[in-house]
Amino acid sequence: MKKYDAIVIGAGHNGLANGAYLAKAGLNVAVLERNPYIGGATVSRELHAGWKYSNCSYVCSLLRPELVRDLELPRHGLQVVPYGGGVTFKQDGDHYGNYYDSNRRFREMSRHSRRDANAYERYTADTMKQTHLIRPFLLKRPPDPTSLKLRDLKDLVEFARPFIGMGEEGLADTIRFWTKSVGDYLCEYFESDVIRAHYAGSGIIGTALGVFSPGTAYVLLHHYMGDVDGNVGSWGFARGGMGSVSAALSAAFQSYGGEVVCDGDVGRILVRDGKVTGVALRNGDEYHADIVISSLDPKRTFLDIMAEGDLPDEVVGKARNFKIRGSSGKLNIALDGLPTFNGLDKRSPLMLGDMHFTDNLQRLERAYDDWKDGTWSKDPYLDMLIPTQTDPTMAPPGKHMMSVFVQYAPPRIHGRDWTAEDKAGFEKSVIDQIARYSPDFKDLILHCETRTPKEIEEEVGLTEGNIFQGELTFDQLLFNRPFPGYGQYRGPVDGMYLCGSATHPGGGVMAAPGANAAREILRDLRRPDIVPGGYADD
Amino acid sequence: MTERFDVVVIGAGHNGLVCATYLARAGRRVLVLEAGSAPGGCAATHEFAPGFSVSACAQWLYQLHPQVMRDLRLESHGLKWLARDLASIALAEDGQHVTRRGDRLEGVAPEDAAAFGDFQQRTGKFVKLLARLFEVRAPKLVEANLTDRLTLARLGLGLKMLGKDDMSEFMRIILINMYDLMQDTFDNERLKALLSLDSVLGARMGPRTPGTVFAYLYRQLSREFGFAGVGLVEGGAGALGQAMAEAAVAVGAEIRLASRVASVEMVADRAVGVRLEDGTLIESATVVSNADPVTTFRDLVGYPRIEAGTARRVSEIRYGSGSAKLHLALDGLPAFVGLNPEQMGQRLVIAPDMDYIERAFNAVKYDECSQAPALDISIPSLHDQTLAPRGQHVLSAIVQFAPYQPEGGWDAHRQDFIDRVLDVLARYAPDIRERLLATELLTPQDLEREFGMAGGHWHHGEMSLDQVLMMRPFPGNSQYGTVVDGLYLCGAGAHPGGGLMGLAGRNAAREIIKREGRA
Repeated sequence: MKKYDAIVIGAGHNGLANGAYLAKAGLNVAVLERNPYIGGATVSRELHAGWKYSNCSYVCSLLRPELVRDLELPRHGLQVVPYGGGVTFKQDGDHYGNYYDSNRRFREMSRHSRRDANAYERYTADTMKQTHLIRPFLLKRPPDPTSLKLRDLKDLVEFARPFIGMGEEGLADTIRFWTKSVGDYLCEYFESDVIRAHYAGSGIIGTALGVFSPGTAYVLLHHYMGDVDGNVGSWGFARGGMGSVSAALSAAFQSYGGEVVCDGDVGRILVRDGKVTGVALRNGDEYHADIVISSLDPKRTFLDIMAEGDLPDEVVGKARNFKIRGSSGKLNIALDGLPTFNGLDKRSPLMLGDMHFTDNLQRLERAYDDWKDGTWSKDPYLDMLIPTQTDPTMAPPGKHMMSVFVQYAPPRIHGRDWTAEDKAGFEKSVIDQIARYSPDFKDLILHCETRTPKEIEEEVGLTEGNIFQGELTFDQLLFNRPFPGYGQYRGPVDGMYLCGSATHPGGGVMAAPGANAAREILRDLRRPDIVPGGYADD
Repeated sequence: MTERFDVVVIGAGHNGLVCATYLARAGRRVLVLEAGSAPGGCAATHEFAPGFSVSACAQWLYQLHPQVMRDLRLESHGLKWLARDLASIALAEDGQHVTRRGDRLEGVAPEDAAAFGDFQQRTGKFVKLLARLFEVRAPKLVEANLTDRLTLARLGLGLKMLGKDDMSEFMRIILINMYDLMQDTFDNERLKALLSLDSVLGARMGPRTPGTVFAYLYRQLSREFGFAGVGLVEGGAGALGQAMAEAAVAVGAEIRLASRVASVEMVADRAVGVRLEDGTLIESATVVSNADPVTTFRDLVGYPRIEAGTARRVSEIRYGSGSAKLHLALDGLPAFVGLNPEQMGQRLVIAPDMDYIERAFNAVKYDECSQAPALDISIPSLHDQTLAPRGQHVLSAIVQFAPYQPEGGWDAHRQDFIDRVLDVLARYAPDIRERLLATELLTPQDLEREFGMAGGHWHHGEMSLDQVLMMRPFPGNSQYGTVVDGLYLCGAGAHPGGGLMGLAGRNAAREIIKREGRA
């Protein structure tokens, strides 16, 4: 039996960020991790000798710059290399190239539609307007509009101020943006199918909604609100894979005196007289603390590792109704060399970015219809990258590693578990999709790691394999994340907190939920607030 | 010599007539111009086969605002209720139907019946809150004046009065889809489908589309307006149009039928009258359009005469419909499995489960016809002898979903689609084909042509969260006034939206009187 000031369950990026701030504030903190390695879904693993790459999350942008600076993550080894480019291949052999260079992109867009090329600037400006609105609130506790507490009212006024500042029409536009579908949003700017499809992907990644489902424009925003080196909307690779993010967070945490315990599989949060007293591992070991923070999703936290008798009834019900919904899978493919794609030079800058094979919104929507029917998409939407072009450390010399994010894949097939045949069928649909546009792709494959939502759940502990720990729909955002009454990181039992992606501001490798939760804990302990708030750096 | 009126109302739809009546009562000389041959717009009855008549568009009355009904004295102008508060019956092939009568359910497990009681109580509070918001103009949020601030304050207070739990529940569900809410609340598949069909009727949305809970609550406004279920009036919905026209005429408004307006006449940025298709000019300081916003700005005003930004806003309005109407003339009452004639006179719904509705919706996203559509069925002739020859019957069904324009055009698909709907019907009424004397399918295109609604959307634009309140019809153009001075909107395209309730017309009239003073 060991005694700590605080115990964090789960050494994902949020658990580590939370632990880091508590330790930095002087608390004696242990982070317990079920797996023999840290990182959760922010991980680089060497599953094949010589190959060490991002197994789950694969690109970096949302990680809050305030935290990177404050926790000195670069000093602890984090280096994010931005990438540009990107392409959507068309079925007719042509493609749309999303050049980083704006003049080149204008020419490329004009090739598909002159009107769209002219509309692009308006599209970026309007989208960025929404981005800048939300960014300052990522590192803040969401105000609860149902509360009459002074702090909530004050936060609410602060939250409302920039909205009011937009003027009547601007505010209406903002509300519309938050409530419309990414498909409708893009159709208001662009007429070319392939250009619409290229940008629409960000609206559905990780989400069990289609491009025509209202609310997906917000998901698009969720993918635009990050930055690399202050360049808002940019994405990059963490050098050495996403595991470097958790490694740097862990190093920061340990530099403040924190302790990471791997193979520490928590089976129960211990509660006595309405207060937490610690946790018990499945192997029987107990760790005691007056504060326990769970970075797991509410289903795992409240339904698996807490006793129903320790919780108010409504919490059990709300946890059951929390929408997690796995919708995506992933293939990590080791390649003997760089594959050739139809109509694209191997040295093209477009190869360096995200590649897609869905050239109109209807195909994207049909991929979602398959998910609704309880099966993987037969014509899947892929977000494919070859990061070894930018970061050669992830593969043996001369070899390449391909990261393929697949939308959609349901957590269960027609209501039953995934079978080996299902998994093979899923894998084949993805490989075939890529091979249709790359003649030498299949011959270059050395090995392929396929993760359906089932594998993601088993390996990382993300329920249903949902990458955001819960859907990013309106009913589960801000003060309603994960559910009403518990949107401010505090759990239903004294001393118990939530700090995972299932809390505000949600999923993605952001580390903001972990930091925000730490701020609330320190507040409850009446300690100084050392967690940075949102910088007005925009 | 050019005629002059104080107000010209374009379109004698129910909102146009309500608006005209209130304006005439306020002392204005009002002229209502209607392109069709009868007043009422979507409140219409037409003969689709010799001796067989049917409500051509709206088939049920369940949302008419009580104040409007009283102010227009509709009952003294001939409106005669034949049935009110009808039950909704979700049909089962084996006859194990689920029936909803107001707040009560039959044919479900006690747990669901109890859950429904709670559900009704909770949603009842939400509907009440929304109803107050819909009875007035949509408040502006930033440029709010005193009136708007009062509305907002009342809304804020109303929200707080719900209590912490209900308030957060309201804010949670108002944005989500019916599918999830139903899954969280009930077990019975047919019940879930029955309730979720209410949220997608007339819309291009499926039960999984976020925002459908709002659409459901919108339909449930009926409860707040004194209806526990759908109703029918003698002579079909057209009789409502007729009664409203009489009410308008009784207070001095003039109605001209078969007078199609070709354009709104403007001097600089100001409307000064309208020009009819035959070239006649009618002058008026105020022009009120009951036409949908797309028809109003694109066709009657014309994009060249408004700012490019506004024209873009109009072109971005989503008004694609997914609904068709099917009318059947029958030589006798069909034998619905497990239904007696009294039950057949209720509202019948064919939607076995929510996935069925969702699959039906999938098709329309790709401009295809549903393989197995969901149906909202009325057999009005059971209540109304005037609609069919004695002993014979009329069946009217709202068909979800049908595209505006299937590939190859409707001519290539019409018969096939009718057959599909009949196949669905035959599963529940096996003798339906033997009873058939005549059929009529009104596709979204037909509805567009017949009722002058762009896209055939009977709500004049999707009732989705991005197109309601101060976003209706589009940002910068709320509160009934438009970018064209002197031109107002009073139809379903304006706040609060579609449905035969008369609120858009009443709210618009109040706004016009407020802005321009009493005559």
